Amino acid sequence: MTVLECVALTLVAIAATAVVLVDDPLRQSIVSSFMGLFLSALFFVLQAPDVALSMLGVTTVVIPALVLLALARVRDVVPQDDHAPGPEEEAA
Amino acid sequence: MSVYPYIVAGWMMVVGLFGIGRSRNLIHMILCLSVVQSSTYVLLLAVGFRRDATAPVFQGIAPWRRAVDPIVQALTLTDVVVEATVVALMLALAVDAHKRFGTLDPQDLRPQRG
Amino acid sequence: MKPAHRVAIMLAACAGLLGWYVWGVAGLPDFGDTVSVTGTTILHAFAGERHTTNAVTTIVFDYRGMDTLGEELILFISVVAVTLLLRERRDESEDISPEAERAESHPRGSDAVRALGVATVGVTVLLGLYVVTHGQLSPGGGFQGGVILAAAFMAIYAAGNFVVLRRMGPADWMEPVEAAGAAGLALLALGGLLAGGAFFHNFLPPGPVPSTIISGGTIPLDNVAVGIEVFGAMTLLAAEFLNEAGIARVRGRSQDDEG
Repeated sequence: MTVLECVALTLVAIAATAVVLVDDPLRQSIVSSFMGLFLSALFFVLQAPDVALSMLGVTTVVIPALVLLALARVRDVVPQDDHAPGPEEEAA
Repeated sequence: MSVYPYIVAGWMMVVGLFGIGRSRNLIHMILCLSVVQSSTYVLLLAVGFRRDATAPVFQGIAPWRRAVDPIVQALTLTDVVVEATVVALMLALAVDAHKRFGTLDPQDLRPQRG
Repeated sequence: MKPAHRVAIMLAACAGLLGWYVWGVAGLPDFGDTVSVTGTTILHAFAGERHTTNAVTTIVFDYRGMDTLGEELILFISVVAVTLLLRERRDESEDISPEAERAESHPRGSDAVRALGVATVGVTVLLGLYVVTHGQLSPGGGFQGGVILAAAFMAIYAAGNFVVLRRMGPADWMEPVEAAGAAGLALLALGGLLAGGAFFHNFLPPGPVPSTIISGGTIPLDNVAVGIEVFGAMTLLAAEFLNEAGIARVRGRSQDDEG
C-alpha cells in the first residue's frame, strides 16, 4: 500500500460516511458529488482511467442535477413555502 | 493493512445500508443507496489491482507491459452509467410518491385503498 | 416502531454485518497480488486480434459485448420508466396560461452565469465527440462521451431558461435519438450473426496498425451507437425532470398572482 492509495481510500470512506450523516438532501447532494470526485481520484490511483472518467461525468453532473431538479419539484408544491420575491424579480 | 481497500468497500456498503434504514426522506434514501452502489466499484477495482502495473491502455507503450485486470474495469464502467439512470428512476418514484401522498417521509406513506 | 428503536436495531445489524464481512475478507489474497487468468489472456491477445490500444473498451464492446447490450437495455428501460412515471400525472398540469408563460420567459440568473454557460457549450461538445470517437485508443468511449455531451445540454439550460427550453421540446426529439442508439448497438451485434459468426462477432476488418480512429472493426461504431444512446438518455432524463420543476414553478407563481 502506498501513501497515495491510503489517502485516496480514506477520503472516500470519510466522504461516504458524510453522505449518510448529512440529513438535508440539498446539502447531501453536494456532499455526494464530493464523494464522486474522491472516488474518481481513487479510480485514477487504481489505474482505471476509463472508470474514473465515467464516474466524474455521472457524479458531478448528472446525479446532482437530477436530485436538485427533483428537490425543486417537491419543494415548490409545499404550501408554507415563503413567497418573498427573488432578487431577479425585483430587478425586472 | 493489506486488505484495507476491501474493508473500505465493506464500510461503504454497511454505512449506506445504515443510512437507508435511518432515513426519513426518500431522496436522502436514494443518495444513501448510491453509496452502497459505489462500494461495489471500489471492491471490484481493488480486486483487479496489481502492484507495479500500468493501466490497461497501451497507447504509446509496449503491449506486453504488466497491467491491471481490464475485465473488472469493463464491468464497473457500464455499471457507473447505469447507476445514474437507476437513481433517476428512483427519483421519479419519489416525486410520484410526493404527488400522491404530499410527503417524502417513508413512515407516512400508507398503502392506498380503492 | 419508534425511530430510536429502528436506529438501534440497524446499528446492531450493520455492526454484525461489518464484522462478518471483515472476517471473510481477511482470508483474501493481499491487495495488489491477485492475478486474473482471463484478464491476462485478453491483455496478451487483444492488440494483435483487434488492433486497438485500450483493453477496457475492447472488452466492453467486443469480448463482453453481450453484457454491454444487457446493461444498455437496463439504461433504456429505466429512462422509459422515468418518462412514463413523470408524464402519467402531468395532464392536469400542462395548461400553463399564456400570461404565466410570458412572465417566465425573461432570462433568469446572472449575466455571468449565462455567459459562462454559453462559453462552455462548444468546448464540452468537442470534448464529448473526441471521447466518443477515441474510445478504442485512449481512456473514454461511448458511455463517458455520451455523459459529457449531455452535460453540454445542461450548460445550455443554465444559460437559458425553462420556457425557451420547453419550446425547443428536447423531450420530444430525444426519444427517437435514444431509441436509435439502442437499436444501433443491437443491429451491429446482429450484423455479426448475419456475417456468419456469432452474435457480437466483430465482422469488420480490424483496421490499420499502429491504431487509428478507425481501428478495431465494429468497436468504433459500437462506441458511436452507445454515445448516441447515453446522450439521448441523459438529456431526456434532464428534460423530463426540468419539465417537472419548471411547471411547478410557473404554476406556483401564477397562483400567487391570483391570490
